[in-house]
This record gives sequence, C-alpha cells and structure tokens, in this order.
Amino acid sequence: MNVVVCVKQIPDPADPGALDPETRTLKRDVKLILDESDSYGVEMGLQLVDAAGEGEVRLVSMAPNNEVSGLRTALAMGAESAVLVSDEALAGSDALSTAKVLAAAIARCEPDLVLAATESSDGYTGTVPVQVAELMDLPSVTFGKEITVEGGTATVKRQTEAGYDEVECPLPCVVSVTAGVVEPRYPSFKGIMAAKNKPVEELDLAGLGIDPTTVGWAGARQEITEIAEAPAREAGEVIVDEGDAHERILAFLDDLKVL
Amino acid sequence: MIAGAASAHRDDLDVIRTEVRRLADKYGCEYWRGLEPDRYPEEFVADLTTHGWLGALIPEEYGGGGLDLTGASVILEEVSASGGNPAACHAQMYVMGTLLRHGSEEQKQRYLPRIASGDLRLQAFGVTEPAAGSDTGSIRTRAVRDGDVWRVNGQKIWTSRAMYSDLMVLLARTMPAEECERHTDGLSVFLVEMRDDAGELVPGLSINPIPTMMNHNTTEVFFDDLELPADALVGTEGMGFRHVLDGMNAERILIASECIGDGRFFLERASAYASERTVFGRPIGANQGVQFPLAKAYANLQAADLMRYRAAELFDAGRPCAAEANMAKMLASEASWAAGNAALDTHGGFGFAVEYDIERKLRETRLYQVAPVNNNLVLAFLGEKVLGMPKSY
Ligand SMILES: Cc1cc2nc3c(=O)[nH]c(=O)nc-3n(C[C@H](O)[C@H](O)[C@H](O)COP(=O)(O)OP(=O)(O)OC[C@H]3O[C@@H](n4cnc5c(N)ncnc54)[C@H](O)[C@@H]3O)c2cc1C
Ligand SMILES: Cc1cc2nc3c(=O)[nH]c(=O)nc-3n(C[C@H](O)[C@H](O)[C@H](O)COP(=O)(O)OP(=O)(O)OC[C@H]3O[C@@H](n4cnc5c(N)ncnc54)[C@H](O)[C@@H]3O)c2cc1C
Repeated sequence: MNVVVCVKQIPDPADPGALDPETRTLKRDVKLILDESDSYGVEMGLQLVDAAGEGEVRLVSMAPNNEVSGLRTALAMGAESAVLVSDEALAGSDALSTAKVLAAAIARCEPDLVLAATESSDGYTGTVPVQVAELMDLPSVTFGKEITVEGGTATVKRQTEAGYDEVECPLPCVVSVTAGVVEPRYPSFKGIMAAKNKPVEELDLAGLGIDPTTVGWAGARQEITEIAEAPAREAGEVIVDEGDAHERILAFLDDLKVL
Repeated sequence: MIAGAASAHRDDLDVIRTEVRRLADKYGCEYWRGLEPDRYPEEFVADLTTHGWLGALIPEEYGGGGLDLTGASVILEEVSASGGNPAACHAQMYVMGTLLRHGSEEQKQRYLPRIASGDLRLQAFGVTEPAAGSDTGSIRTRAVRDGDVWRVNGQKIWTSRAMYSDLMVLLARTMPAEECERHTDGLSVFLVEMRDDAGELVPGLSINPIPTMMNHNTTEVFFDDLELPADALVGTEGMGFRHVLDGMNAERILIASECIGDGRFFLERASAYASERTVFGRPIGANQGVQFPLAKAYANLQAADLMRYRAAELFDAGRPCAAEANMAKMLASEASWAAGNAALDTHGGFGFAVEYDIERKLRETRLYQVAPVNNNLVLAFLGEKVLGMPKSY
C-alpha cells in the first residue's frame, strides 16, 4: 500500500515567530522544521504500511526556499521518499492555493491513501485536507484517530465530542488525523543517516503544470485585512484560604460555566 | 537555548543535536531526580541504545553508526544539556575503542556487532586501583598465564557501571614491574566476559557498589583466581598501557563535551531565573553582581568548547591530540563547575532545593575535575611534555 503523507514545514514554534508588517503573514525565511502535527500522520502511515506488509510512505510538502529540513526528519522516521514543491510565485499562498499545489503533487504519486493533519500548528485553518480531497475528487474523512485498511476500504475511527464514529470509505481517500492519537517514533541514528540519501523530488509550478497566476499573491482569495496583538493575559485572582476557599473556587468555576 | 561553540566546519551536527535532545527531553530532569541516590537509568539507556546512539562510534561494518568523534561528542553534550547524566552510559560508546583498535578481527567480529546493538554492554573499564591511584604503572592486579588460560588476581576501584555491564576492559600486570624497563611496561589488556548465560557473575569475580555523592553506579571489583581464556588478551601482551592510552584521548574529549552540556544547562537555567526573579523591585539579573559571573562563565565555556572541537578535529583526522584532549577536559570541567557555581549563587536558596536540579548537576559535573584523570595530572602532562619542564610526578 502506498501512502502519501502531507507534511508542512513551519518556523520552529519554540522561536518566537515574526510577522511581516507589509504582507501580514508569518516570516518564513528562517529554517523550517517538521510541523509536529504532521508527525502523527507520518507515524500512522508507517504503521499502515507495516501492517500491509508492502508499499511505502511518500511525503508531499510545499515550502519556500526548497526547504528540506522538516522532510529529512520525516524521512529519518522511515518514509521512503518525498516530493517538495517550491516556487517564488507561491509566496502569499492561501489555503486553497496550497491545496491546489498539494493535489497536483499528490496525484503524481498515485497513492492508495493520503494522510494529513487535522490542522497545522502555524496556519491552523484546518481546511487544506478537505480542499485537497475535493480537488482530487476523492472521498475524505476528518478527525481520524485510528485507521485500518482492508480490501480497498479504509475504516476510520473519527473523533467526535462524545467519543468516535466509525466511518468506512473506499480507497483512495484523504484522511486527516488528529494530533496525539499515536506516538510518533523518534528517528534512530541510522534512520537519520539513511535519510540523507533518500530521494527528494523538487518541483516548481511549471513542473506541476500550474499557472502561476492562479496561486500565491496573484491567485489568493483570502486576504488578511488586519493583524493585532493578542491582549496580554490579565493577572489571575489569588484565593487565600480563610476556611472558605473551596466555596469561592466553586463559585468561580460556576461563573465560568465549567461545572 | 544557550548554544555551545558550533564546530566551524560542520553543518551535519544540527540534526544529531536536535534528535538526541528530543529523545532526552522525553525523560527530563524529573526522571533523573527520581533515580537518586543510586538507581540505574535502565529505561533511558535502553532508549538511547535502540535508537543507535550508543553504537554511533562503532564502524558500520560491525553494525554501528560509523560516526566520528566530533559527532559522538555532540550526542553526549545534548544529554547533559537536557539535564540528564550521560555518565550512566557514555562508556558504552568509547570503551570498545581499545577492542576496535587493538583487537583481532575475530574478537571484533565476535563482540562489536552485539555491542553496537546493545545486546552486550561493554561499559566497565577497570584501570584504577586503590594503591596505585593516578600512577597507573603501579597497578598490582596480576594476570598469569597458566597453560591455556590466564589467572587474574587483584582488585580494581572506581570501576563504574560494572554492575550494568557484560564485558569489562581490564588492565592487568602480566610481567612483574621489576623485570620491566619502564614501570608502564608489562601491562596487558583483557576483555573479560563478566557473566554466565544466566547473567550471574562468573566465578572469581565479585563486585561491591561504592556509594558516592552522585548517582554514578561506581564499584570496586575483586578478582580471585578469575580464569580467562587465552584469547581474552587484546592486542600485544605487555603493551596494555599504550593500548588503553590511545583510547583515553577519545574519553577525555567526550567528557569535555559532557561538561559543555552541563555548562549550557546551568547558564540556561540561571539566566532565565535571573531575568524572572524579582527582588528589591527588579530582576536580580539586572545587578551586575549576578549577571557578570554568568557572563564570565559563558565566555569560559565557549573557550573550552573551542578546545573540545579542536581536539575532536585532530582526533578525527588521526593526528596526535593528547595535549588538546587533556586541555579540553580540564578547561571544560573547570568551566562547567564555574557555571554551576554561578548558577547556584543566582538561584539563592532555591539552588539548594533538589527540585531545581542545580545541586544535582553540580555534584555530577564536579567529578570531571578528578576523573577520568585529575586536572593536576593534566597540568603535569602539559608542563613536562609540552613545555619541556622536568617531570613532576
Ligand atoms: C495571505 C496568506 C499568505 C501566505 N503566504 C505564504 C507564504 O508566503 N509561504 C507559504 O509557504 N505559505 C503561505 N501561506 C500559506 C499558509 O501558511 C498555509 O500553508 C496554507 O494556508 C495552509 O493553511 P493552514 O496552515 O491553515 O493549513 P491547515 O488546513 O491547517 O493544514 C492541515 C494540514 O494540511 C497539510 N498542509 C497544509 N499546508 C501544507 C503544505 N504547505 N505542505 C504540505 N502539507 C500541508 C498538513 O498536513 C497540515 O497539517 C499564506 C497563507 C495566507 C492566507
Ligand atoms: C565516580 C568515579 C568514577 C570513576 N570511574 C572509573 C572507571 O570507570 N574506571 C577507572 O579505571 N577509574 C575510574 N575512576 C578513577 C579515577 O580515574 C581516579 O579517581 C583518578 O584518576 C584519580 O585517582 P585517585 O582517586 O587514586 O587519586 P590520587 O592519585 O590518589 O590523587 C589524589 C590527589 O592528589 C593529586 N596528585 C597525585 N599525584 C600528584 C602529583 N604528582 N602532582 C600533583 N598532584 C598529584 C591528585 O591530583 C588528586 O588531587 C573513577 C573515579 C570516580 C571518583
């Protein structure tokens, strides 16, 4: 079974990111790393290929400046190869542009199953996977927490507020997986070394046959009209126990309507 | 994050740094604190082993990672910087060096792949003895050839991790000192299989733990007519001192790197604390009396780190590096101690609280001014061999 996992490479969340005041978007000229949200998809893909006993995990990513650091991490975990789309004309891409590019790149891989994260850690619109599915005319399941594949059908446990639904879906399909549902493996030293020599196919828009005016700033349908600082967190209330602390805490929680 | 002095010529180390750190951070200080006073970090060591980090220095042809010393030093540095204590397993990385450089092909084939996979632990290095101390040439443990076997009698002290090792590299006297030209002649290296199939110590070998001020699992080892097969001898009979000596440069460079990691840990914790902790209406770090010791410790740490990379570079190029390796160990152990001491001052009373990990790391890093070689002996070496003054020891 061939699984494509979409992996987004993002600025390290540990380093405070900077917004470009002109474009009002995150500056992406720093070193990018594998979005942790996508490590779950990679792990799930590897487990599914293992269970199937054949096939491989292929990565697809769109990122500026031919960035491969995040891809190498996922390759070190065990993915076999990667497709990377990078093109200056992609600057300013909104979610739909991203989906167009990913869909075109994924189509070349002819996968049985496409995995993505429910939402990325930096943009987190949570819209790319379903857009990819729509553009590729594939069925899609969101919020997957467990996937099994048998005889051309994927059975997905889909997380809901109350528990989970079990959904069946013919292959090929797109499933977005929720963070935390599997424990992503840590790359081994040999995995890291092997990753250096795994193939990364680098493509630009021409290579994918995409018209540059339909993506990036030129083709954006989303516009960021304003950015503002999140309000600073206000000081909390300190409750000193004078025998009635439990009642005051209960009243406080009651006010918040969390009880 | 406080970084060390990055190696000037290498950009392949970042990924090793990142991944080792991620794995080490899974454990974190709470784990290490919970092991005190003397529990062995089995889980951590197993994890590091299965991910191939402890076999990194073993050549690929024997199932290891084929990494050079510069790369390996980064692994241990990151474990230290995460708040962990690589002393629990650093020797699994480098004790095999003696076997690799001086063992026969048959010995290497027999042991190295299983050391690389972690099935065998070779992390006991029996050199120091109670009566000899730093004067290794005066060791008295004797190995005598008796037909097809060697018989070993004597005692080692400070043989760390012996309780958690399957194999030991042992230095023993095979020719009486009186019959040797130099007192470092007549010593030989043996690879001791310490356990039987059931995992019990073999007859003739007994081990006593020595509780110390940090969690180090060090021991004394007694040899009472321990029988070793003839092929337990590694390298040339009588050349043992020289055989272990060339592995010591690697050890010193790796220990220096651990100290650099310790120093980074201290400075990271202390500078964060100094910026947050408010006394007299402002952060304590706004006082130069608090800030300068940390800044100075940082400068010294960076300088020591440059010496560590220099030494590692020479080692990896196969060039002589005894002076650099010893200087790196000395400078780094002093720099990490100064950083730790400044971190303790910065934390005030809280630095003494176990929960803050400063006191634990300070105990751990203090060792490296004494072991694997005392800093006095480093100075004695430099004075004599580099500066050409009379031998002082
Ligand atoms: C105005 C604007 C300007 C932008 N400018 C840039 C830019 O200059 N450079 C740039 O790179 N991006 C740019 N972006 C794109 C943006 O950061 C996201 O990549 C894109 O909008 C996807 O949205 P998201 O992160 O919310 O995806 P989500 O829908 O939250 O992502 C869900 C999952 O889809 C997959 N996925 C999403 N994006 C990618 C990707 N790129 N590669 C592989 N898998 C992916 C991942 O599995 C991800 O976890 C811009 C977006 C906007 C709105
Ligand atoms: C926790 C721990 C773990 C260890 N692990 C191992 C191990 O795994 N394997 C192993 O073989 N050894 C190990 N050692 C031993 C370590 O290498 C020795 O402790 C160290 O080499 C010093 O030897 P000593 O303790 O006998 O000190 P001594 O040699 O007795 O020295 C005592 C003091 O006198 C000073 N001194 C001695 N001679 C001179 C001189 N001529 N000039 C100036 N100063 C001098 C020394 O610098 C030191 O300050 C370990 C030690 C410790 C504490």
